[in-house]
Amino acid sequence: MTRRLLAVGAAVLVLAGCGGAAPAETDPSPARTLTVFAAASLTDVFTELETRFEADNPGVDVVLNYGASSDLAQQLVNGGPADVFAAASASTMATVTDAGLVEGTPVVFARNRLQIVTAPGNPEGIAGFADLARPDLQVVVCAPQVPCGAAVERIETATGITLTPVSEEPDVRSTLGRVTTGNADAGLVYVTDVGSVGDAVEGVDFPEAEQAVTDYPIGVLATAPQPELARAFADLVSGADGQAVLAGAGFVGAP
Amino acid sequence: MRRPAFTLDVSISAAPGEVLAVLGPNGAGKSTLLGVLSGLLRPDEGLVRVGEHVVTDTAAGVHVPPHRRGVGLLAQQALLFPHLTARDNIAFGPRAAGVGRREARARAEELLTGVDAAALGDRRPAQMSGGQQQRVALARALAPEPALLLLDEPLAALDVDATPAMRALLRRVVRDGKQTAVLVTHSALDALVLADRVVVLTGGRVVEDGGTRDVLARPRSAFTARIAGLDLVPGVCDVGGLRTPDGLLVSGLTDGVDVGDTAVAVFPPSAVAVYATRPDGSPRNVLPVRLAAIEPRGDVVRLRAAAPPGGPAWVDGLAADVTPAAVADLGVEPGAELWFVVKATEVAIHGQ
Amino acid sequence: MTAPVRTRDRHEAAVGLPRLLWVPAGLAFALIALPVVGLGLRTDWPRLPELLLSEAALDALRLSLLTASCSTVICIVLGGPLAVVLARGRLPGLQVLRSIVLLPLVLPPVVGGLALLYLVGRTGLVGQGLELAFGITVPFTTAAVVLAQTFVALPFLVVSLEGALRTSGQRYEAVAATLGASPALAFRRVTVPLVLPGLLSGAVLAFARCLGEFGATIAFAGSLQGTTRTLPLLVYLARESDVDAAVALSLLLVVVAVVVIAIARPRTVAS
Repeated sequence: MTRRLLAVGAAVLVLAGCGGAAPAETDPSPARTLTVFAAASLTDVFTELETRFEADNPGVDVVLNYGASSDLAQQLVNGGPADVFAAASASTMATVTDAGLVEGTPVVFARNRLQIVTAPGNPEGIAGFADLARPDLQVVVCAPQVPCGAAVERIETATGITLTPVSEEPDVRSTLGRVTTGNADAGLVYVTDVGSVGDAVEGVDFPEAEQAVTDYPIGVLATAPQPELARAFADLVSGADGQAVLAGAGFVGAP
Repeated sequence: MRRPAFTLDVSISAAPGEVLAVLGPNGAGKSTLLGVLSGLLRPDEGLVRVGEHVVTDTAAGVHVPPHRRGVGLLAQQALLFPHLTARDNIAFGPRAAGVGRREARARAEELLTGVDAAALGDRRPAQMSGGQQQRVALARALAPEPALLLLDEPLAALDVDATPAMRALLRRVVRDGKQTAVLVTHSALDALVLADRVVVLTGGRVVEDGGTRDVLARPRSAFTARIAGLDLVPGVCDVGGLRTPDGLLVSGLTDGVDVGDTAVAVFPPSAVAVYATRPDGSPRNVLPVRLAAIEPRGDVVRLRAAAPPGGPAWVDGLAADVTPAAVADLGVEPGAELWFVVKATEVAIHGQ
Repeated sequence: MTAPVRTRDRHEAAVGLPRLLWVPAGLAFALIALPVVGLGLRTDWPRLPELLLSEAALDALRLSLLTASCSTVICIVLGGPLAVVLARGRLPGLQVLRSIVLLPLVLPPVVGGLALLYLVGRTGLVGQGLELAFGITVPFTTAAVVLAQTFVALPFLVVSLEGALRTSGQRYEAVAATLGASPALAFRRVTVPLVLPGLLSGAVLAFARCLGEFGATIAFAGSLQGTTRTLPLLVYLARESDVDAAVALSLLLVVVAVVVIAIARPRTVAS
């Protein structure tokens, strides 16, 4: 009997070990941990801001969780533990505020707009949005279900030009990947994404992009374990330092 | 034909319409021989002719593949195609030969009747007993009218109840039907009933070859004697009997052998009387043995001998058939020392 | 083989199972079954018909069934002979070949998709040639979906069929040869019928794998309604905007999977 109990106990321990590994590892060193959920397009900017914040607040460890805004919103609604949420669209932030999970009103700290992305040197000579409707071009966009695709739809409505993309990708990074790998001639992605891959692609601005500027709101969660730090981090992002870093990455400043 | 640690080197032939039995202990090369005949194995050196056709000739580089040899096979396991009915199993060969569906079925029906399985035509193998399957398998093997039929222990896997009927069927269809066949078997009875001639293989060589009755009645090797159910003592012919290697004389009736010739003394186990103490009187052969095993065999009990300590080694393996009552009277167990007694008139001595 | 089919008798004493086995067995079952129950609980049943009958959903279902069927046929046509070679062939390095065939089972499908992209994509080794010679581009087409699905599903068919071939052995083929059947005829009339149950269960497994294929498809074929957006891709996308739709479509996939398993199971047991 004892041995049976041991076996069951061991199995339970194994399960517990699997589930509990992550927090156990991050636990010991710093006294306080700040958890930030951020849209994937903020990866470069927030990683830089993390370093600054940790320098300004000794003993604080900032844990960043990047992902599609909608995924992150779903996680938060389903009880994901976080202090700060920075989303890539107002609608995804609305999912979380509607659930009563955000303290106060979220603040728009940056805006992003679309840019045409082509192979380096723009071999197809794409000059504007209308060119994307050319039948000889393989164009990729984001699916309308995600923010960057919704933006494309708004531009289509505003211009009356309908694109016939070869693929509607589930996120902006896949869309960009189609062009960087040379499988598509052009794509529509955020200007910040174009900047992040350097010389592998070329960005082409187009005026109609102003029709669909995306807002990036940031909010402190009502259930934040570290509300003080959370507010401080949100302030850093919206403040002068944050804005400078955002502008460097190609974001348009807050309105 | 060479295999690792084994060489099969034989020359055999079966006349048209003749059934040749191949006997031999396990590992004697019987299955290898059938493999070479059927073409499923390639010999290192050799010539196989079926009728007029050379199907294997290593010297000339000829190897006709199995399906073009006209050599049929009936093995221990029926191996009926499980997805086909009995009728379609039988029709398979003729169909493969290009016979039309209707004609092949008619031929199958005829063969089903021929193997007493007319009622089984629509059954699948899973719905037949082992004996029924083997009947159908025989019909299937005969259907392409093979020039040579190989029978690889066709009765070995059957229930005891099904064996006599199948043996009788094989006799009727194969032997009486003048189907040229090579039969591999362990059983003297099968050979007697089914074969015209017998060859005995041991260690990859032919050691005996002749008419079935002759070979089995006058065995020259321990193996043949055992499967014929006879006791055999090797030695040299002497006056009045056979001189064993250790100098003992086994008295018996000599039959066309000269003194000094290599010979064997043969007697049936039923002619052996068994005593717990050494009996007196002559002219009898009295052999000291140690009891190795007690084997019930139908109405009798077979006592198997081993060499006794200090006694002659050649008694090893000799058998005596006695009644159960006699065993009870003797009150013996394996290991006991006994005396095997054989009348000289029961012992036949013939050349090897 | 000769014994009549025996149905289980209630009086037959069961061979005892160690009682402790029931605990992990129960946990394992719960791990598989409960999430599906969770899906059912989360489903917006009143909206279900509307969600499942949307144009996007119907397009995806149609595309999924079409591509999975095509891929399964290709798996049979190409994978069948491969299984025969692996089971019966006498080639040096067959063991290595077998390991390579198993790769898609082990690789994350998205890696398979990337691999296909770098082979048949516009800049890929074969893709460049195809575009130059025939003006064909493979990615973003329904053919790309079929290719991705075939890639991931092929081992399922090959492994299951190879197993069936090994189990049946070559005794029946030897008998067929002694009856005058050429190797080709013996293969057609004996080998194929004998391994048919294994082939069918392998095909059903492959079909199921194709239906569920996501990673290789999204990485290689892209995602466009009616052309490349199969049900799993639609589920992934719908999750972003309409969770109810995603759940409803997931439920549809579960139903299709259950139907497939129901078809496949008895044959798997029989073989």
